Amino acid sequence: MAEHDHKLIHAFGALAELGQEITNKNNFQETIRTSLHLISGALGIMRGAVARFSRFGHELNMLAIRGLGDDFPLSLSLTLEDERQFLSCGLTPIDIQQAKVLPFFQVYDASFERRGLELFVPLVVRDEIVGAIFLGEKATGEAYTNYEKEIVCAMGQHIGVAIAQRNLMAEIERHADENRQLFDEMRSTYHDTVKAFAAAIDCKDKYTEGHSVRVGKFSEIIAMELGWGKDEVEGAAVAGYLHDVGKLTVERKIINAPYRINAKESKELNGHPGVGYEILQPIHHPYTDVPLAAKYHHERLDGRGYPDGLYDREIPYIAKIVTLADSFDAMTTDRPYKARRPAKEVVEDLQRNAGKQFAPELVTAFLGGMLKELQGEDRTKRFRRLLGRDYMEAEGIVDTLKYTLNEMAPTTPMTYVAAAGQVIL
Amino acid sequence: MTTQSAVVSSLEPVDGRAVIHAGDYINKLSGEQIEHECKRKLDEGCTELILNFADTEIVNSIGISILLGVIDTASNKGAKVVFSDMNETTVELFEMLGLTKHVTLA
Ligand SMILES: [Fe+2]
Ligand SMILES: [Fe+2]
Repeated sequence: MAEHDHKLIHAFGALAELGQEITNKNNFQETIRTSLHLISGALGIMRGAVARFSRFGHELNMLAIRGLGDDFPLSLSLTLEDERQFLSCGLTPIDIQQAKVLPFFQVYDASFERRGLELFVPLVVRDEIVGAIFLGEKATGEAYTNYEKEIVCAMGQHIGVAIAQRNLMAEIERHADENRQLFDEMRSTYHDTVKAFAAAIDCKDKYTEGHSVRVGKFSEIIAMELGWGKDEVEGAAVAGYLHDVGKLTVERKIINAPYRINAKESKELNGHPGVGYEILQPIHHPYTDVPLAAKYHHERLDGRGYPDGLYDREIPYIAKIVTLADSFDAMTTDRPYKARRPAKEVVEDLQRNAGKQFAPELVTAFLGGMLKELQGEDRTKRFRRLLGRDYMEAEGIVDTLKYTLNEMAPTTPMTYVAAAGQVIL
Repeated sequence: MTTQSAVVSSLEPVDGRAVIHAGDYINKLSGEQIEHECKRKLDEGCTELILNFADTEIVNSIGISILLGVIDTASNKGAKVVFSDMNETTVELFEMLGLTKHVTLA
């Protein structure tokens, strides 16, 4: 076999291996190192380097280097003229004598010459500079032939694509990061808006100041006690914050009425869940069914609630949570015609109404959370902050809770989950 | 390319000479083992590296590149490199790519 053919076969073997190396999902640095070995081994080249172009730093940073000594520069700064020239040449091997006209070469000429560099290959992929290859003398001492330059070119293309791909991946990761940040910002904006709304709702009703905020927090506690994830817990809190948004359209004097309201007034007040739903429905909420929670927070398991008189399974789970939080707050705060009731009584009321007004397992979860706090197992003081220390530490409350929870366990298994998303409106 | 055996064995240097046996297939993995062994011998003050290719059937491009690196490192340290017991194919390959110009053949 003629030596030329022999060389060609050897070089093509290396080219095939390079293709494989690049498509393997190996470590990028290692891939480049191997690529340099493959070029060197294909043509018997003593030394060389592969660099990656940084378009922000306008420099070539060495990714792999062999036989060029410790003092070879690891980073080469380019001028705009260099970049222009690279782009106009494209991916072609340039003899070092010709490359000397490039501005950056003049800066590093001494290093290049000392190391006997012979070829310089700008890596240009899809009209973008991605890197460069530097190649030293061949072991035979002969000059590079044209066919060898073509092989360098072909291999350079593979390496260039590998670098371009890597850059693309980095770009995608960066975008994903930006998106995440943007999402977090939007989320916090959303939360601020929700809180502002809650404050606006609460403003209307001076006797129940802070009601929405507290219902939000109680809903959050219930969701946490159910073991829900972070997003779902936030969703429950939002549903609580906004459950009475429909009250914004109810006459102030009706909401604040220090007397039992008449039928007409009652009708207006009882319209607030539906109005709330209308207000919330067009908004895109990142969480669970916030509008449904508003619409159905006055429904009861026994079907005696309003506006639609839904039964147990027909009521969205999120609404059941808000219902419990809402009633609990109503019972534990002073109202125009009713003083707040003692904790012990409230607990008994929840138990009595479990299965009628409230979902039993929600009552259990909620009271369980309260007991944990009173017994010091939970030190976040969630309840104490919302209800006040004296109220929470009333005589006999721990025993009542223990007794109640004991009586209520075992509750019926959760049968509500499926209902959450499947309510017929 | 069926075998991946890459046994590198070397004898302790005598009079500054070290013998390193290359395996049957010199690729990245076995090449790096040879390289590591050679560097160790050179660091120990070895002045003559004898690479024995008696078992060597195939040398791929990465293997060539690594051997070129060994030759370069040795020459920077003023050490001599001897290639011994190569089969015909290996000699042809090494000649074609210029490795034989830098080493003593034995
Ligand atoms: Fe309400
Ligand atoms: Fe409410």
